[in-house]
Amino acid sequence: MADAALDQSLDHRAATVAARRHFLTRFVIYGLLVIFAAIYLIPLLVVVLNSFRDQQEIARNGLISLPRSFRLDAWGQAWSTYCIGGTCEGMQRNFYNSLKMTIPATFISTLVGAMNGYILSKWRFRGSEALFTCMLLGVFIPGQISLMPWAFILGNLGLSNSVYGLVLIHVIQGISFTTLFCRNYYVSIPDDLIKAARIDGAGFWRIFRKIILPLSSPILIVTVIWQFTGIWNEYLFGVVFTSGQQQPITAALVALTASGTNVRAYDVMSAAVLIGALPPLLIYLFGGKYFVRGLTQGAIK
Amino acid sequence: MSNHDLILSVPAPASPWRERLGSAMPLLVLGPSLVASFVYVFVFTGWTLYISLSNSSLLPTYGFVGLDNYASLWANRRWNIAYNNLFLFSGFYIVGSMAVGLLLAILIDQRVRGEAAWRTIFLYPLAVSFIVTGTVWSWLYNPVDGIQALVRGFGWTSFSFALASDRHYAIYAVIITGVWQASGFAMALFLAGLRSVDQDLVKAAQIDGASTFRIYRKVLLPTIAPIFLAVAVIQIQFAIKTFDLVAALTKGGPGISTTFPAIYVYDLMFQRGQIGEGAAAAIMMLAALAVVLVPYSFWVVWRRRKEAGHG
Repeated sequence: MADAALDQSLDHRAATVAARRHFLTRFVIYGLLVIFAAIYLIPLLVVVLNSFRDQQEIARNGLISLPRSFRLDAWGQAWSTYCIGGTCEGMQRNFYNSLKMTIPATFISTLVGAMNGYILSKWRFRGSEALFTCMLLGVFIPGQISLMPWAFILGNLGLSNSVYGLVLIHVIQGISFTTLFCRNYYVSIPDDLIKAARIDGAGFWRIFRKIILPLSSPILIVTVIWQFTGIWNEYLFGVVFTSGQQQPITAALVALTASGTNVRAYDVMSAAVLIGALPPLLIYLFGGKYFVRGLTQGAIK
Repeated sequence: MSNHDLILSVPAPASPWRERLGSAMPLLVLGPSLVASFVYVFVFTGWTLYISLSNSSLLPTYGFVGLDNYASLWANRRWNIAYNNLFLFSGFYIVGSMAVGLLLAILIDQRVRGEAAWRTIFLYPLAVSFIVTGTVWSWLYNPVDGIQALVRGFGWTSFSFALASDRHYAIYAVIITGVWQASGFAMALFLAGLRSVDQDLVKAAQIDGASTFRIYRKVLLPTIAPIFLAVAVIQIQFAIKTFDLVAALTKGGPGISTTFPAIYVYDLMFQRGQIGEGAAAAIMMLAALAVVLVPYSFWVVWRRRKEAGHG
């Protein structure tokens, strides 16, 4: 663009060249964006369309093809009647399992993280920074390291093959993340605010309830979204520590798609996949801003 | 500051006993988390380390056998395939997702219309699980029903696209899917970085007559260099922990061609009853993470100190 402007003598021609160039760059920019958007959206579109197509039609025309039929049966089957490994109840039980696991684990780990973050930023004591660093290490430990210890602990607590065992695991694992998020946010709240409150006689809990919590909603939303999607989407612990009717939906999805009968019921499997993907997708669509904030904060720090 | 008013009417502390409890409160509340984190980080790691040095097979036992499990691990052909895959996957996955992510970030940075919509499209794979992504892509790779069938349906009947079912190329199917899932993440970080660059720098370069391309190459990208490193480190971490994606996409196959360390650990511990060797493999995963993360965190601390020194 700049070199076109150099040509001073042919002012008019330069202007049209610049305009043409501008148009061309815009065309390339939007063209590339559209191509990439297609690459990103087509897999989703394929699954959505196939969940409404007739199974025979999919078998005839392949997975990627314009729908020629429209049925809702697959959704009903995927939800309540499809057979996985001998039980014919669809995904509903696993969906509820995931809810029963994700909601308490998200709630508890976020609450604990908020308390920890409050203490580690506003009630520092000698060595608190070192303790914080130790807690942070938990973020990096791969799940495989903790499999054997968890197996032992869950077995002794009578929590193996139970959703509550998974809640315990996700709370303990999640604390490092939630503490990190909240602590880094609370650090930016001015200490003077806390000091003034302490001079006025407010104690630990009162300051938390009256000052910290009312200022916390952005970070609590970020943390809840992060924990919810992370725990909902988790697979390793689900598949190792639960089986059959106790499995969360991720493990059940793998079992469903692996149960190889001769005809692959793509319609039902598509609906099942969407049932499993829907809660985090909805959260993403409605809380996208906070989701991205969580990603970038969790990453950079 | 309006919160300040709320607490003016607080009564004075009632008794010394309450006061003492009040001052111990932070530690009381933090205590359980500290204990839990300590157990999770140090006891669990030590425990698994000990199992990896024991003769555990179906159940953990504590007969000490030294490094035997590590020796048999590294002699195992499948483990060698697993860590070769890890290197191959990490390389392509990191370079691929960063290249696509950077391209998308730069495109979106050109004051395009509907920025929020584009971002939403490129980021949504991060909201869904690797299980969902892997399952759906395994269908697309399926030669009978997926992409191959589509192209052949157009009339190109000799077209062949059977990545996931060919033992030599299945790893590339995993890579493509991984890049697809992770590019949006790189894009989000790069875009945040580009937006945080001081606009005066860009303006100065524009006044000097630098082209957009030159501004990116000489001004913007060097300024956000730390973000490249951060993205790479995070992606390596993901790569080392890769489990769900492969479990849903290829199940480690065809044969054992897409085995990954995490898959290997799971298999040995829970399918084959070789807990000792499985634990050794898990410790190797931790070691790989440490090799990446320890120098990186030192570098981050060093840089922060340097910046603080200047500021």
